[in-house]
Amino acid sequence: MPDSSNFVTSRDDRRLREEMEEHLQMQTAENIRAGLSPSEARRQAVLKFGGVGTVREDYHAETSLPFLETLLHDLRFALRLFAKSPGFVVVAILTMALGIGSTTAIFSVVDATLLHPLPYPHPEQLVRIEEDFPGLGARDVRLSVPEWKDFQRSGIFQYVSPERSGSVDVTGSSQPARIQFKSVATNYFALLNVKPELGRVFNPDDATPGFNLEAVISDGLWKRAFGADPHILGKTLRLDNDVYFVIGVMPPDFHDQGRTTELRNTEIWAGCGFSALPSPPPARSTRTLKTAIARLQPGLPLATAQARLDALVASLRKQFPADYPPESGYTVHLVPLGDTVVGDVRQPLLLLMGAVGLVLLIGCVNVANLLLARATARGREMAIRQALGAGRMQLIRQLLTESLLLSLLGGIAGLAVLFLTRKLLLEVIPSTLPRINTISINWTVLLFALGVSVLAGACFGLAPALQASRLDPIHVLRQEGRGSKGSRSQTWTLRALVVTEFALSLVLLIAAGLLLRSFWDLYKVGLGFDPENVMAVSLRLPAPNNPSTDVYATADQEARFIREILRRGQSLPGVKEIAVGSQESLPLNHDRNPVPFVLQESSTHSDLPHQVQESSVTPQYFHLLGIPLLRGRLFTERDVDAAPKVAIVNEAFARTCWPNQDPLGQRLKLGGADTSWTTVVGVVTNARTESLEDANIPQIYLSSWQSTDKNLAIFLRGSLDPATLPQQARDMVQSLDSELPVFGAKKLPDVVSGSLAQRRFSMEMVLLFAVTALLLAGIGVYGTISYIVSERTRDIGIRIALGAQRKTILHMILSQGLALALGGAAVGLAGAWIVSHLMAGLLYGVRPADPVTFVAVTLTLTTVALAACYIPARRAMRVDPLTALRYD
Amino acid sequence: MKQKSDVQQGTLGLMVLKTLDVLGAQHGYGIARRIEQISGDLLAVNQGTLYPILLKLEHEGAVASEWGASENNRRARFYRLTAAGKKRLQAETRDWEQTTAIVARFFEVKAGDLQ
Repeated sequence: MPDSSNFVTSRDDRRLREEMEEHLQMQTAENIRAGLSPSEARRQAVLKFGGVGTVREDYHAETSLPFLETLLHDLRFALRLFAKSPGFVVVAILTMALGIGSTTAIFSVVDATLLHPLPYPHPEQLVRIEEDFPGLGARDVRLSVPEWKDFQRSGIFQYVSPERSGSVDVTGSSQPARIQFKSVATNYFALLNVKPELGRVFNPDDATPGFNLEAVISDGLWKRAFGADPHILGKTLRLDNDVYFVIGVMPPDFHDQGRTTELRNTEIWAGCGFSALPSPPPARSTRTLKTAIARLQPGLPLATAQARLDALVASLRKQFPADYPPESGYTVHLVPLGDTVVGDVRQPLLLLMGAVGLVLLIGCVNVANLLLARATARGREMAIRQALGAGRMQLIRQLLTESLLLSLLGGIAGLAVLFLTRKLLLEVIPSTLPRINTISINWTVLLFALGVSVLAGACFGLAPALQASRLDPIHVLRQEGRGSKGSRSQTWTLRALVVTEFALSLVLLIAAGLLLRSFWDLYKVGLGFDPENVMAVSLRLPAPNNPSTDVYATADQEARFIREILRRGQSLPGVKEIAVGSQESLPLNHDRNPVPFVLQESSTHSDLPHQVQESSVTPQYFHLLGIPLLRGRLFTERDVDAAPKVAIVNEAFARTCWPNQDPLGQRLKLGGADTSWTTVVGVVTNARTESLEDANIPQIYLSSWQSTDKNLAIFLRGSLDPATLPQQARDMVQSLDSELPVFGAKKLPDVVSGSLAQRRFSMEMVLLFAVTALLLAGIGVYGTISYIVSERTRDIGIRIALGAQRKTILHMILSQGLALALGGAAVGLAGAWIVSHLMAGLLYGVRPADPVTFVAVTLTLTTVALAACYIPARRAMRVDPLTALRYD
Repeated sequence: MKQKSDVQQGTLGLMVLKTLDVLGAQHGYGIARRIEQISGDLLAVNQGTLYPILLKLEHEGAVASEWGASENNRRARFYRLTAAGKKRLQAETRDWEQTTAIVARFFEVKAGDLQ
């Protein structure tokens, strides 16, 4: 290693060299004087002196940075070697690029969603307050204003803010717009601890009982609707005909928190005290606040906070037994706010991360296989280097440097591809994923990629390195000219790696198979309603804070408007049927809004919150959506505001509330104790309009003529033109009231498939990873069997020469491959059983240990293994004994 | 391996300093010869290891060197002890004598003496 002196002062080195040469010459001269021949004199001098190179190297090692130097040296050596076998290098780098690239891609999603769900300071202090009445089967019920005040005063929290969300009509611009809106307490932004980009946020101490008529808007709305007007502050905004003043604009990177995409895309916040109009007078039993979030006192652990809250709840139950009777089991619990943001994507994302990790691992195993095969070919090189005095550590270091370099290059390639395709990849992710707009390739992600590369390199490099360094140089060199043979243990390592590979891909394939079956079952599930040829358009009636300015205040006023829509809509091109319903009647609309109800014939306390999915619809709704009536009657034109209130329930509701009675004629109160009685007049079949997964969700339908819903959906069935219909519907509605926003036109079949988007995404991704794994495993078994065949060419030649049937040879090789596959399958099935039970929550209609999937996947994998063995096996069969024996 | 050579180098350094103290300015080959003569075959050290030690001693200021002509009129680098080197030699000699004295006393003690 003559050029390792770069890092030492070359002056010292030159001097050493010169002096040592002087010394040798003097010694040689003296030896000559003593009577030796010149060449022998020199030889003796050198012997006595010792290795000049070693002395210099030792000196460098002492005076310089030996680590860096040997690293550079090893790197240079590795690069030289790589240049000699580009095929191997390309395959290895591509494999690692695939593994590291996809792992990093999934990690960037995990990083943005699971690791940083809340973009606010001290996110660990943020919680959601959930109230349950487990005794009544009611979970996550609404809060009442007195409860909110109790929590605020408890000293457990810095701030508590209720949230009421919805949409408002913003009027004044060219086209009335419906904007996602949140009424929050005035401490909301202080609670989140975020600062506006312009102006100010609400004063947290503002004690206005109703709306304080101040509004904070998002950066997006400011730019979109106001052209980023720098003088926006103090300007007025008409929300549902109420006048608000803009006091602040949030920065562009501010995103609200919430369970759904709509909530996270809130664009207007209004400060509210929730204790005056339009809210009803505060009472403990009037549960008006849909959700509440809070910030814990600094340094207060969640468990302690929960314990103190439990004590508070216990004293409340004692103090107000009428509101919290013991049998209701009233409890309040704190949920980390981050959990509510990422709640339902955590499991699929972790599954994806696991799947992609397995692909990476399989890639590592494949590269380890390649390296092992190479190590055999390099046995001579290693032996010679060892014979020349290279230590075992030195060899291991060299081999590890090579594999680390491979995986780092693979990582860089993977990142490069990821970087170039990042826009495309983001398109693939369903838009309902929380925090999707913050997914980026940031430093954390880069660091992760680096860490994974190093780990992968060490992982696939270590086994071959240890293996190669354990070679016995004498044994290897003695085989000179006969081609170096892998040791027994080497072949065993190869086999073990292939078995591992098979086991891992089996796990992945089974996971993918189960997801695929779940998806298929859901896709084919009987919906209970017919979405074909149906389109829906949404519109929103304003709900001003002052009822006297509301032109749609009463059910009759609204009914007049809806009847007119039905009449005019009937004549839109292609429309055969038309119906109107509240937003809740829109199938698979995820913004749920359960309302409390009380049964007349009920033993439980009258004020307690049973909850049910409620929607109001016009009589045509059931026929239009193809939901059949089972008993009783549908709504008629006579079910108007002045007539007795009537309801239609689904089977699930009827069975829950009146298990052994006739539901027809039963009476209940919806929305609170002070409303009038509603009588059930009909029962319809269960339809999966709430959730594809669950047909048994209780539902109740009211007549549109008797209710005042502000968020409406118009349903149209017929041969509709999706390109022109939205505009026609908007013109039709605005010809009745030009200030109404009309939006969200969609085809119901799209809604149905859209509700499967997240499921489809994780299914497709896992399937993609599983197929990749299968391919890699196939390549792995092919490589190993090829290697074993080439190792045994001589042996096979002898067998054939001795009269072995070629068929026997084929069987011999195939059975070796089969043994590997079966070994892998055995290990993999055990792993898959564990994994499939872990992901049980993601499955639908299929058991985690689904025998069909398990058997089918195992068969597929075995077939692939046999196919991969077949090529080398045929080669073995065709071995010409003469050539094989002469080969050595 | 490293530790063993450290000890040797330490001793070798002391031998170099003592040689220079006794013989005055001397080139590397001369020092090597001298050490060889005195220690005989007892010290199986590659002569090559001497040079890095000389270089180190010079970096540490214990010796100084310059090119000169050897007795056979060959070009050679001559080393001489500096004042600091002298002081270091004295100190190390003392240390060495102390160490050997202590070790010697340990060897003199017989098992019976301790009871």
